Amino acid sequence: MSHLLVLLVIIPLVATPLCILLHRQSLIWPVVFTVSWLCFYIACRLVIMVQDGGELVYFLGNWAAPWGIEYRLDTLNALVAVIVSGVNALVITFARASVIREISADRIYLFYSAYLLNLTGLLGVTITGDVFNMFVFIEISSLSSYAMISLGKHRQALLAAYRYLIMGTIGATFILIGVGLLYVMTGTLNIPDLHARLNAMETTRTIITAMAFLTVGITLKFALFPLHSWLPNAYTYAPSVVSAFLAGTTTKVFIYVLLRFLFSVFGTGNVFDIVSLDNVLLICALLAIFSGSLAAIYQNNIKKMLAYSSIAQIGYIVLGISIGSVAGLMAGIIHLFNHAVMKTALFLCAACIVYRTDTVNLNSLRGIGRKMPWTMAAFLVAGLSMIGVPLTVGFISKWYLILAALNRDSWLLAIAVLVGSLITIIYVWRVVETAWFTRKDGGQADNVIGKVKEAPLSMLIPLWFLVIANIYFGIDTDVTVNLARHSAELLMGLK
Amino acid sequence: MQYLTGQYNYWVVIILMMIGFYIVISHGNLVKKLIGLNIFQVSVFILYISMGYAKAGTAPIYSAEYTVYASPLPHVLILTAIVVGVATTALGLALVVRIHRAFGTIEESQLRHVEDDS
Repeated sequence: MSHLLVLLVIIPLVATPLCILLHRQSLIWPVVFTVSWLCFYIACRLVIMVQDGGELVYFLGNWAAPWGIEYRLDTLNALVAVIVSGVNALVITFARASVIREISADRIYLFYSAYLLNLTGLLGVTITGDVFNMFVFIEISSLSSYAMISLGKHRQALLAAYRYLIMGTIGATFILIGVGLLYVMTGTLNIPDLHARLNAMETTRTIITAMAFLTVGITLKFALFPLHSWLPNAYTYAPSVVSAFLAGTTTKVFIYVLLRFLFSVFGTGNVFDIVSLDNVLLICALLAIFSGSLAAIYQNNIKKMLAYSSIAQIGYIVLGISIGSVAGLMAGIIHLFNHAVMKTALFLCAACIVYRTDTVNLNSLRGIGRKMPWTMAAFLVAGLSMIGVPLTVGFISKWYLILAALNRDSWLLAIAVLVGSLITIIYVWRVVETAWFTRKDGGQADNVIGKVKEAPLSMLIPLWFLVIANIYFGIDTDVTVNLARHSAELLMGLK
Repeated sequence: MQYLTGQYNYWVVIILMMIGFYIVISHGNLVKKLIGLNIFQVSVFILYISMGYAKAGTAPIYSAEYTVYASPLPHVLILTAIVVGVATTALGLALVVRIHRAFGTIEESQLRHVEDDS
């Protein structure tokens, strides 16, 4: 039995206390860097093993499945593990300078340990095959992210972290209730076992209640439209590196959790035919797309704008899921990957700007494009990708999404996706216009970019790595589309 | 009547849950919100504990005198959830202390004023 799967969780977990012991920033960062790239390497090895719809199973402590906890890897969570560890590796490579600038020196070692705990939690949620174990990992990742957000420079960060804590705990407790109700009905916590037993029994009210609690709890965690209130402030006031990491990974992992529960636990019969949850998700997704995009237009704070745009992009992913066909799921999963690539790049651009100018307010950044050409060029490419311009990943997502909508003969959905993209153009353009096309007028007191230099290479290299990924996966789509197709077929039970 | 008394543990759970949830939503004091959150979580603990219990059951240690045993699994699970709850409360209270230091108040209504100023 290969131990590779469990190492994905154990390595960052063991490195966490190590960070506290090492204590000095100069010693910690190389450790975290090594751990991050090691995790990414393992995730890549694993995804190659399961890319054609295979499965890897690992029994913790060698206790066989329904009794012991098992870790189970199929194409879908292998893809999510690659997203999480890949985003993490690049963000950590980027983080060194940014963290020194934004977090006070005596807290840096604590920051890195919270960061690694968060990584442990997210990877654990991704690969576990036991629903209670999943809850515990969810709480590990959530608690550490509250702590990381509260490390933000601005005192608003504390309030944002507190509100996220209240909302997040309610969500997690809802998930706990759902898991409890499922256990009452089936007497098991193992995902494949739950699926077999639930499908063998009649869908009682208890099962439907469990589904309701789980859906609300999980959608609260990834900020689907009516439950998104915690997200904008949390992403805005968190340290820049944390915003980039959370935007790229947390929401993705929780969307994966939703997929896992809806398709691998309850099954399409229960979700779509008996409860018709797809209609609820569809409406929430559409509202998320429009409210998020519209709110993003009016923000002067770049990070807040990106946070609102995250809400809209989550809407696109859920829209794909709610179409309820293999094509729709595929589109959702492709966008899961693509959104992680583009939104992390955008937040890293914001981090570069903060590093040099200490502000993310559009009004004081006039003409920044001439001072930081590489950073803003990265912003432009990632922004175009978010709009969905051909040759970028965003185009691939929109293409498959519209294809899935047309497959179901719903012209309205296809039009909604296009209109959403048009709104995206507006807010991306606002930044581009401020950066390049407004003259910086010397009389303006709040203009801080007089002597600003380009961001250091240690930040630009990981950033451009992501930007090139934005273009590469927009041209060579074989890898993502294949993985997404296998995952979607697995979820729909076609394999 | 059987409907009401037969599964009274679930009624207790629901009432506690609603009380906790209501406090979280309605109270403006950040500490009180955390207390509400705790009551909310405790209701879920009771849900788990009561569902593992069998009437006249005993601890699952084999003995010739007993035939009915309570299921230990939900009880063990909820121990984990209690630990998580303690950690959440501790982190929440720590944040409240820092908020008090930074803003000088922990009342939601006053915090909103401060927020508008900054």
